[in-house]
Amino acid sequence: MTHAMAERNVALVDLLDRLLEGGVVLTGDLTLAIADVDLVRISLRALICSVEADHGDPADTGRRP
Amino acid sequence: MTAPRYVYAIGRAFDPAGLDGLIGIDGAEVHRIAHRDLVAVVSAAPSDEAALRARLERLDELAVVAEAHHAVVAAAATQTVVVPFRLATIYRDEHRVHELLRERYEEFEALLDRLAGTVEVGIKLYVADRSPAQATPSASGRAYLQQLSQRHRRRDEEWRHAAAAVERVDTALNAYALDRNHHRPQPAQLSGAAGDNVLNAAYLVPTERFTDFTELARRLARDDPALRVEVTGPWAPYSFAAPENGDRS
Repeated sequence: MTHAMAERNVALVDLLDRLLEGGVVLTGDLTLAIADVDLVRISLRALICSVEADHGDPADTGRRP
Repeated sequence: MTAPRYVYAIGRAFDPAGLDGLIGIDGAEVHRIAHRDLVAVVSAAPSDEAALRARLERLDELAVVAEAHHAVVAAAATQTVVVPFRLATIYRDEHRVHELLRERYEEFEALLDRLAGTVEVGIKLYVADRSPAQATPSASGRAYLQQLSQRHRRRDEEWRHAAAAVERVDTALNAYALDRNHHRPQPAQLSGAAGDNVLNAAYLVPTERFTDFTELARRLARDDPALRVEVTGPWAPYSFAAPENGDRS
C-alpha cells in the first residue's frame, strides 16, 4: 500500500486537481497567487500546444538564415 | 537558517532516515523541521518568486514542480500520516515554519488524527457520447427535421440516464467512504480520455479498505454499460487536507 502511494507515475491532470485545488492552504511569506494558475487557462494552453504540434507549420523549419 | 523554505506537508514525527536522499523542488535536499510531535517536510525554496510564478503558468514547468512536490509528499506519506500542503507554499525561513507549527499545533493535530490510517482514492466516471447530434446529410426536408429531433431526444435520454447512473455510483461509494470531495470534471483535451468526464471525485477510505473500495467502484460502474470508470490512487489525502472539510461540490 505505502509503496503504491510512492508511485510517481501519475497522470498530470489528476495531480493538478489535487495540487491546485487540494492541500492545506496557508498564506506563506511569499504570496504566490496560486489561485491564478487556473486549470481552464492551462487546459486552453494545452489545447493550443497540441494543435500546434499536430499542424506544425513546415515554413517554420526554413526560418533560420 | 535564513533561506526561504518550501513546505510540502506536515506530519507526525518519524525517523529522519526515511527521507534520506530525497530530492524536492529544483533538486533541493528535503529535510524536516520539528516541533513537539509534529514535523514539517521542507526544502530550500526557489529564491526568485517572480520566476517561480511565471514557471507555474507554463504547463511543462508546472508539471515539473507538481511532480517534485508530489514525489516528496508521497515519500513522506510512506513514513507517517501527513497533511499535504497546497503547491508552492513558501516561508521566509526555518523560524517561520517553526512558528507555523507552534501556532497551529492544535489544528494540525486534529487534522492528522482524522487522516491517520486513511488513503484517498480517485474515481472518475465517463460516459461515451454515442448518438451523433447531426442528422445524415442525405436526408432532406421534413424527414431531416424528424431525424434531427429524434436524435436530440435520444441524446437527452442518454444524458438523463447517465446522470442517474453517476448519482447512484457516487452515493453508494460515499456511503462506504469516510469523506468525499468532488473535483471539477476534467476537460478531454487535457486528460486525453475518451468520453465525457461526468464524475471526478475523491473519497477518503481506511487504508485497509482501499482494494475493497476500488473493486466496489468497478462493480458499480460495470452495472451500467454507459459508464466507464477510472480509478487512481492510493493518494496522500490531498483532497481532504482543509481543516473545515466538507463536500465542496
